[in-house]
Amino acid sequence: MKDILLRIVIGGVAVSAFAMLGELLKPKSFAGLFGAAPAVSLATLVLTVMKEGKAYASLEARSMVLGAIAFVVYAAIISRLMIRRRMQVLSATTLGLGTWFACAFGLWYGFLR
Amino acid sequence: MKIKVDTAALKSTRWYEFVFRFFIGGAITALAGLAAKRFGPEIGGLFLAFPAIIPATATLIKKREQQKKERAGYEDAERGRAAAAVDVAGAAMGGLGLVTFALVVWLRMREWKTATALVVGTLAWFLVALSVWQLREMFCRRMRAHRPNVLTHALRSARDRKPVAHRR
Repeated sequence: MKDILLRIVIGGVAVSAFAMLGELLKPKSFAGLFGAAPAVSLATLVLTVMKEGKAYASLEARSMVLGAIAFVVYAAIISRLMIRRRMQVLSATTLGLGTWFACAFGLWYGFLR
Repeated sequence: MKIKVDTAALKSTRWYEFVFRFFIGGAITALAGLAAKRFGPEIGGLFLAFPAIIPATATLIKKREQQKKERAGYEDAERGRAAAAVDVAGAAMGGLGLVTFALVVWLRMREWKTATALVVGTLAWFLVALSVWQLREMFCRRMRAHRPNVLTHALRSARDRKPVAHRR
């Protein structure tokens, strides 16, 4: 329980800090880069190294490469859906998460399983 | 387009927007930890790039832009959607930086000190994201310069059109 609370606090602070940095910057497309900042991964990897060691964190980072590729696919598809197909923001971004799951787990199945 | 720092934008951000992001960020960090514990680091690692923050951020941006327009006396849902789409397109470019971050940490974590690997990875994220963004800006600028204005094109073709001979 203590570990989960620690993760919530550290992850929350890291995400908020990058979001604040993104708010400060213009134009919007540049500020958007901070939506893909490694906030969650920095928080998680620090805690993982402290608890499980470097080898374990390195394995997590290897899988993260595939998760990040899925992130690019997800963001590219939903931005296009919103611009070209005029899809609603909430439905595009939440339903699009299925694309991330399919892509991330598809890549994991193909390369790491 | 030049990159600018705008502190006024921070003032217009509501406190609950940061609280919302704090909890989303915290929840996904906890979820990544739980997934690693339950299914191992190979599955847990995937969640280090889970885009949970995107729906939250895009919805907040859309709402804020719409409110801005409404205050100015317009009702423009399109503007909010466009602003959110531009932000997400930026995140797609940043995602390429995220791939680089993960590659640096994966390949260098064992050899380097943890702090060094994470700092170099973060710098690599920023440099790649910035380079992709600048390349896209250059490409868009060139496209705009070469693409003929629709109105000019229509006027020019109307001027050049030969009168049609009417059949009797």
